[in-house]
Amino acid sequence: MSIVSTGAKGQTALLMGNDAIARGALEAGVRVVAGYPGTPSSEIIQTLANVATDHGLYVEWSANEKVGLEVAAAGSFSQLRSMAVMKQVGVNVASDFLLHLAEYGTRAGFVLVTCEDPGGLSSTNEGDSRHYAKMMEFPLVEPGNFQEAKDMAAWSFELSEKIRNVVMFRSVTRMSHASGNVVLGELSPHLTGPGSSKARFQFDGDMMDQMEGPVVTFPGTVDVMHRRQLEKLEMAREIFETSPFNTYTGPDRPELLIITSSAAYLYSQEAIALLGLEKRVGLLKLGTTWPLPPRLLAKHLKASEKIFIIEEGMPFLEDNVKALWTELGPEAGTKPFFGRKLGPLPPTNELNPDRVALGLAEILGLPAPLPDPAYRERANELAKSHAPFRAMTFCPGCPHRASYWLMNSALKQDNRDGFVCGDIGCYTMGVIGCGFNTLKTSHAMGSGTGVASGFGKLNRFGFDQPVMAVSGDSTFFHAVMPALVNAVHNQADMILVVMDNSGTAMTGFQPHPGTLTDAGGGALPALNIARICEAMGVKVVIADPFEMAATEKTLLDLLDEPGGVRVLILRQACALSPSKKGKRQFDMTVDELACLAEDCGCNRLCTRIFGCPGLIWDPKAKKTRIDEVICVGCGVCAAICPTGAISRKEVA
Amino acid sequence: MTAQPLSFDPYNLIITGVGGQGNVLASRLLGRMLVVQDYYVTIGETFGASQRGGSVMSHLRISTRRAWSPQIPHGRAHMVIAIEPSEAFRVLAVYGNPEVQLIWNTRPIHPVSVITGQAVYPSLEEIAQGLNELSARNWRLEATAQAQIMGNPILGNIMMVGALSAVSDLPLGPEIFEKAIAEMMPPAKVPINLEAFAWGRTAIT
Repeated sequence: MSIVSTGAKGQTALLMGNDAIARGALEAGVRVVAGYPGTPSSEIIQTLANVATDHGLYVEWSANEKVGLEVAAAGSFSQLRSMAVMKQVGVNVASDFLLHLAEYGTRAGFVLVTCEDPGGLSSTNEGDSRHYAKMMEFPLVEPGNFQEAKDMAAWSFELSEKIRNVVMFRSVTRMSHASGNVVLGELSPHLTGPGSSKARFQFDGDMMDQMEGPVVTFPGTVDVMHRRQLEKLEMAREIFETSPFNTYTGPDRPELLIITSSAAYLYSQEAIALLGLEKRVGLLKLGTTWPLPPRLLAKHLKASEKIFIIEEGMPFLEDNVKALWTELGPEAGTKPFFGRKLGPLPPTNELNPDRVALGLAEILGLPAPLPDPAYRERANELAKSHAPFRAMTFCPGCPHRASYWLMNSALKQDNRDGFVCGDIGCYTMGVIGCGFNTLKTSHAMGSGTGVASGFGKLNRFGFDQPVMAVSGDSTFFHAVMPALVNAVHNQADMILVVMDNSGTAMTGFQPHPGTLTDAGGGALPALNIARICEAMGVKVVIADPFEMAATEKTLLDLLDEPGGVRVLILRQACALSPSKKGKRQFDMTVDELACLAEDCGCNRLCTRIFGCPGLIWDPKAKKTRIDEVICVGCGVCAAICPTGAISRKEVA
Repeated sequence: MTAQPLSFDPYNLIITGVGGQGNVLASRLLGRMLVVQDYYVTIGETFGASQRGGSVMSHLRISTRRAWSPQIPHGRAHMVIAIEPSEAFRVLAVYGNPEVQLIWNTRPIHPVSVITGQAVYPSLEEIAQGLNELSARNWRLEATAQAQIMGNPILGNIMMVGALSAVSDLPLGPEIFEKAIAEMMPPAKVPINLEAFAWGRTAIT
């Protein structure tokens, strides 16, 4: 049991931002939590799932983010404080429901937590969901440190209940996955929601009675509901004028005013300290970033001649502060604004203390706080010569390496310029060398199948390349199913390869509808991917990517089959899965006499092309070796070696 | 209890290595050992898909005064722990300075660029020479080799923590370690971790 659920009021704990958010939700008495895994958000739901039984919560890994938001909303409609959690791209998936949800409003406190990834540390984009708060007209809050991550998470439920609408709580990687001291508050006693001990959905009231009527958005009520929604936003704006989460430190009339939020607050503090500007620069940290509180901002904007807006993501705050400034009219006068749009901050990528300090120094005409230039030059030289490039790669024993090897080899033998469409998972790395550059398209969850469905209909335009798509098992349920329905119904010519590794591997092995457990490890029935595909009328073949010769033949046969959708399920558990971790199936050895290395007809197929991290190429001895610290004993390299120099022995 | 003053405040520590070497555990262990002594600790790290088999880095900021940014400003590390030797160079190029101290594990983990033959991994002598040049003081440890003798290469990270406790002025004594590790590990795993910590503490001096 973690300190998140056992820590007493007043105790100081070192908490990861995501655990601080989870603790805040427990202090607020959250009862229903749902979402879909995605870095950097996944730990919030997992932490709450681990304590769900003890605290009487319902915690669910949903099939996708839209369903997760809907499941959590049902909790709020039934008078239970509820929360949905996802990463930035998940908000896009959930956004259709979100528009309707925000229009009608919520009952018990409802918080949408989005954890975003500026710089794309674990993402394929820099999506900034804050715009949804403005576009769909609900409040947005952003914690500026770890204590606030907990405190503001708890407070967001209260805010939601005051205005009876969803509150978006936005974190970023450097908040969610960083850790800091947090003084704990009191855990909520086991309430079932404000003033009620039993979950109940009221629907008998008038259509416009938000607490007791039916929860519907409907053509005839659009104008009146939209007005009600704007009144809620107005209430939030008033609350934000005096919110303790909007803080100011610095002189009364600063030479330059920094307006910041989220992790950028920590960078701003650091940059001010680095340059010794405590007496010259003011720091306005906003915890409530939509709607902006105009009186608070006007007061601070008027007190300084220059404004520097420092935020993680797109110039959201920058645009909105400037818009608010112009609304103040001629009395506001003109003054220079700095930020991401107008510089000196870079328009893309995440910030850090150095980027902020450089910007600050540039605006104030100060020398940049650069490290010792001679040292830096030498250290860079040595890094170039002594730290060989370390690309990301599939883990040793990863079934995806074998699967991509087979697809790549089959398409080459087929020799018709066939290609593979992919999407989101560890298998996205099929784009790069560790996956033999097999993927030629990669976009959103499930898009591989959707795009392949399109390619598979181009034959009337002379298109004659074989088309394949890959999907993970969790992605299959998340977004592939509708795309597959589309492909089958429209008779697209394509092969879908489901790379089933028995869990949502990339984000930490969460269960999904095809696995036998719930988020907390309890038993649930598993949906069978093969039978779902068969029910759609598709031919399904199941194979093991580690049985390389047989599976390659299966793939070649499928490529030879005429038209329509064919599904191949490549089943082999992730090397990090709980069922495999720490267990070695084979002891691998290289027979040094049999290994011909560069003189072999294969020219080091194992190390030069297959490139598993569990292998070592010894350029002096000109031999391949096994790295016994790294190798997990999957046995695949033995199948690749043409001279039989690599052998596998079953571990007793 | 009040936190004892530090030689540098904030004290900036970086732990680097390759995904799977136990970076995150080492940083959280250190954080826990220091927070109970009333220090402010901020840990910055990245984990997720992009770190699979890739370079990983944890930043620790330790202070008697306040929380600091989870990213250390460039050129401002006081101590670097490299669980993988070539990773030390990558970190020093950005966060190093002539006064920086370094504890490094001698066992390489070859990146794919070396396995394929596109790049060459430096020899141990070249590494030692380069690290001498880039640090005010450094200590080398054959941690992985010893960890293999003890039955599990992952113990290397705990050995590095043990070594840090012996050479830095951070208050990281064996009693504090024992308390923290007992909270983080199942009871059966505690003795081997105590052994690894003790080995790191003595091996370095």
